Amino acid sequence: MKTFHKGGVHPNDNKLNADAPAQVLPFDGTYCILVSQHLGAPSTPIVKKGDKVKRGQPLTENTAFLSSVVHAPVSGTVQNVAEAPDAGNFARPAIFIQPDGDEAADFISDDPTLDREIRLSPAEIIERVKAMGIVGLGGACFPTHVKLSIPKDCKAEYLLVNGVECEPYLIDDYRLMLDKPDEILVGVSILMKALSVDKAIIGIEANKPKAIALLKGKAAYDGISVEVLKMKYPQGAEKQLVKALTGREVPSGKLPINAGCVIQNVGTCFAVYEAVQKHKPLTERLVTVTGPLVKEPRNFWVKIGTPVSALVEACGGLPENTGKIIAGGPMMGKALPHLDVPVTKGLSALLLLPDEQAHRRTPAHCIRCGKCVAACPMGLEPYLLHAAVLNKRMDLCERHHITDCIECGCCQYTCPSFRPLLDTLRLGKNTVNQIIRNRNTTK
Amino acid sequence: MVVSGSPHIHGPESVAKIMWGVVIALLPALAVSVYYFGLPALRTVLVSTAACVACEWLIQRFMLKKPCSLQDGSAVITGLLLAFNLPATLPWWLTVLGAMAAIGLAKMAYGGLGNNPFNPALVGRVFLLISFPVAMTTWPQPIDYAHPDFALSATDALTGPTPLGLIKENLQQGVSVDESLRTLGVTPLELLTGHRAGSLGEVSVLAILLGGLFLLWRRIITWHIPVAFLGSAFVFAAILHAADPQAFLPPGFSILTGGIMLGAFFMATDMVTSPMTPWGKIVFGLGCGLLTILIRNFGAYPEGVSFAILIMNAFVPLINRGFKPQRYGC
Amino acid sequence: MTTFLYAVLLLAATGLIAAVVLYFIAMKFKVEEDPRIDLVAERLPGANCGACGKAGCRDLAKALVESDGQTELHCPVCSNEEWAAVAELMGMHADTCEVKIPVVRCQGGHLNSIRQTTYEGLESCAFAHSLHAGENGCSYGCLGLGDCTRACAFNCLSMDPKTGLATVNEAICTACGNCAKACPRGIIELRYKHAQEGRIYVGCHTEDKGALAMKHCLSACIGCGKCAKSCPVGAIKVENNLAYIDFTRCTHCGTCVEVCPRKSIVSTHPAVSAPSN
Repeated sequence: MKTFHKGGVHPNDNKLNADAPAQVLPFDGTYCILVSQHLGAPSTPIVKKGDKVKRGQPLTENTAFLSSVVHAPVSGTVQNVAEAPDAGNFARPAIFIQPDGDEAADFISDDPTLDREIRLSPAEIIERVKAMGIVGLGGACFPTHVKLSIPKDCKAEYLLVNGVECEPYLIDDYRLMLDKPDEILVGVSILMKALSVDKAIIGIEANKPKAIALLKGKAAYDGISVEVLKMKYPQGAEKQLVKALTGREVPSGKLPINAGCVIQNVGTCFAVYEAVQKHKPLTERLVTVTGPLVKEPRNFWVKIGTPVSALVEACGGLPENTGKIIAGGPMMGKALPHLDVPVTKGLSALLLLPDEQAHRRTPAHCIRCGKCVAACPMGLEPYLLHAAVLNKRMDLCERHHITDCIECGCCQYTCPSFRPLLDTLRLGKNTVNQIIRNRNTTK
Repeated sequence: MVVSGSPHIHGPESVAKIMWGVVIALLPALAVSVYYFGLPALRTVLVSTAACVACEWLIQRFMLKKPCSLQDGSAVITGLLLAFNLPATLPWWLTVLGAMAAIGLAKMAYGGLGNNPFNPALVGRVFLLISFPVAMTTWPQPIDYAHPDFALSATDALTGPTPLGLIKENLQQGVSVDESLRTLGVTPLELLTGHRAGSLGEVSVLAILLGGLFLLWRRIITWHIPVAFLGSAFVFAAILHAADPQAFLPPGFSILTGGIMLGAFFMATDMVTSPMTPWGKIVFGLGCGLLTILIRNFGAYPEGVSFAILIMNAFVPLINRGFKPQRYGC
Repeated sequence: MTTFLYAVLLLAATGLIAAVVLYFIAMKFKVEEDPRIDLVAERLPGANCGACGKAGCRDLAKALVESDGQTELHCPVCSNEEWAAVAELMGMHADTCEVKIPVVRCQGGHLNSIRQTTYEGLESCAFAHSLHAGENGCSYGCLGLGDCTRACAFNCLSMDPKTGLATVNEAICTACGNCAKACPRGIIELRYKHAQEGRIYVGCHTEDKGALAMKHCLSACIGCGKCAKSCPVGAIKVENNLAYIDFTRCTHCGTCVEVCPRKSIVSTHPAVSAPSN
């Protein structure tokens, strides 16, 4: 079985709701759609208070290349264009919609039959993906059309499809692979056409035998193969996935395309299928609600803009003694301040941790055991960078390649002294990036 | 609700788990030494451990005025390892002095656990060895349980040189290695079980290997340092032996006797004072092995493990600089 | 005797050779330095705080001498007299400037705001700021983790355990401004010290709309503009839902302090009633 070779950790996988089929979550309260749900230039709203919107109608616009737009998840009236808290509790511009029924925009096809024939040209596919607001659904929300537009000096050879889901608890990609295998494979074919590559590899970790068997059984798609990967975190990180599937390494400071690879999450592939074949914008996604205390861990198809509290309610309410609400997985997810946060495109899971698992433990002295060095999948020295950041030695951080850190958290996970390694590395990485930007602008 | 940066879960590792794991790994060797050296061995171990713990507590409490750090177990390990490097019948006050040097001089003076450049237990031992050479080279002979008066021998504690010490002395008087080995009459089995004179924890190769395997199994240490240490010592000793079999010990005997096993598995692998990366660890181990054989054969002391490890400890920052992990994507 | 002599001679010879080698090395690597640098450096505070923008006091002295006094560099830590002494030495004109002191424009903390979440992790405001809005939900307020206290080279800032906010020790503060630079939210501002009259400033930094700001904090400025209307010299303006008092024009009359419905304007003058919530 293939895998990446440097570093990595093996947390318990805790896939609690692997067998819970995905349900549609009904919600008829006010939807709150954050205006910018992507990485890149912020968008501006094009609707105003009182406007009637149809499902799928664009709500924002953006002229920048590295950007994306959002669409109305439901038909209804724009109640307000104001501010709402994001995952960090910062007030961000948002559009509030009061739903009334389910009237779709006229371009949308709600026909559920599988459509295999790809009619659009590569350029049209990229344009459609952009217009439908597709972003990477693995969590980073990187606009997909940007990834599909290959820079002139690079050539894409492989499309790598990320079905790894190496984070503990997360199971939404697995459910999607079981429920929509053909749609995903057509989506992969569409992306292959857009990139004009003839090889696509779907990487799936060995703890998902059903999904592996199902996708391997669908052999009718040209050039797509399924690769079983050994369980190891962070296999789903782009650079580690490139190494595991192709044996290549992405050069330091470069993107996967510099190694001839484009990576898309299975969720993104499904969204691309919907956008290209059914002309549906990205307005809903699969979200896992899970945690040791959750009474009924379940998987939901949720419309973007639904408050997170509705998801928790549908699983039997917030369990008593909940200490931490995490948007995403336990290794890279973001801790939410409260439940009044809206669902965004990047929300893959809602993990409720009990109080006894929610707290940081008191850090002790570094005993120089080197476990962080052994665990770092990028071959960095977290103990050294940690000390350098604490002593404000940003020159040392830069010299020891802090900017290569992928923030996977392996170092902190494995540290026997409970030191906040990733906290410091993030701080140092941000500071060093800022220093580099300042230097480049003054030059 | 708690808000903190990711990751939100932590692996099973902790400093306390590592330290108490080492303590467990030291138990077989401790049992063997109590079997061979009787109650004096147990007394030395207890005095040394208690002195180390007390010394750390006093320094934390009254000099640094910081919260107590004893629960991590590192002082207990230093105490145990220091005792393992002493003759079982060492006077108790010397043991206490050694513990003070180990904890006060080599550990707390540098800022406590994690900051010391040198292995504390070895600093304690070397301090005693240099200051009190006679007491530190007065080795009790193991109790001969087959002897009818073994109970008597346990209390009387017959003394005699260690195998390495005897051979070194003989060589200086012109007796060849072969001759010495014949008169010594130590069988390989005795080396494995520990029926020989020596520091109380170093005598039984088998017990140390057992503890070492436990450390490897629990992933407290990696194979790199012990293998490089013993391997380079073996190869270097073999080369010397091939060059002049009458002046140099056979390599097998070299790595089975003296403190080299204890050093390779427990002293050189100390996390704080050993390099971070696999290649760094191998270089560190190679250096330890070479220096040990060098000191034993060409130095003034019959045994060189402590000095070898301390010298290599000093090189650790340099090794960490030179042997970086292989970065992804370059 | 010969052995003795031999040893002495050998050592003496070694010493002599080493001295000659050192002499030539010292000649080769000799650094020519303007003697004025030492004189200027002597008159600087020597705290190496970096507030002037240079790496330390000697670095500043070097820059002053190298530019022959034709520079905008200024040591904010020096008193007017001390700086005048430096300027005299360099033959440059020294502007006298009003003494400043940092003010912490947040009264959130434990007393006036409600904690919604608990932050755990690295004691660093810069990191916490990148992670979340704050324990009370205010994304403009003091995070209470003390980046400013660590930036102060003179140990004059401390985190008050009762309020959870940074406090300035006026007696030892040199107004170097490093705390203001360290705060990731720009809460700390250097204002004229006015040792007698005291300082009047808006003790809040939020640009949130009134309703949201009120939810976060009892003493939040809601941008109502009452202070601006009441100010007899027009020193107050409201921008982005936040009032700001121009300290160069404020006459310390204290009217704004009285009219503020949120008690968010702070006066350090003992006679003007301090806000109490």
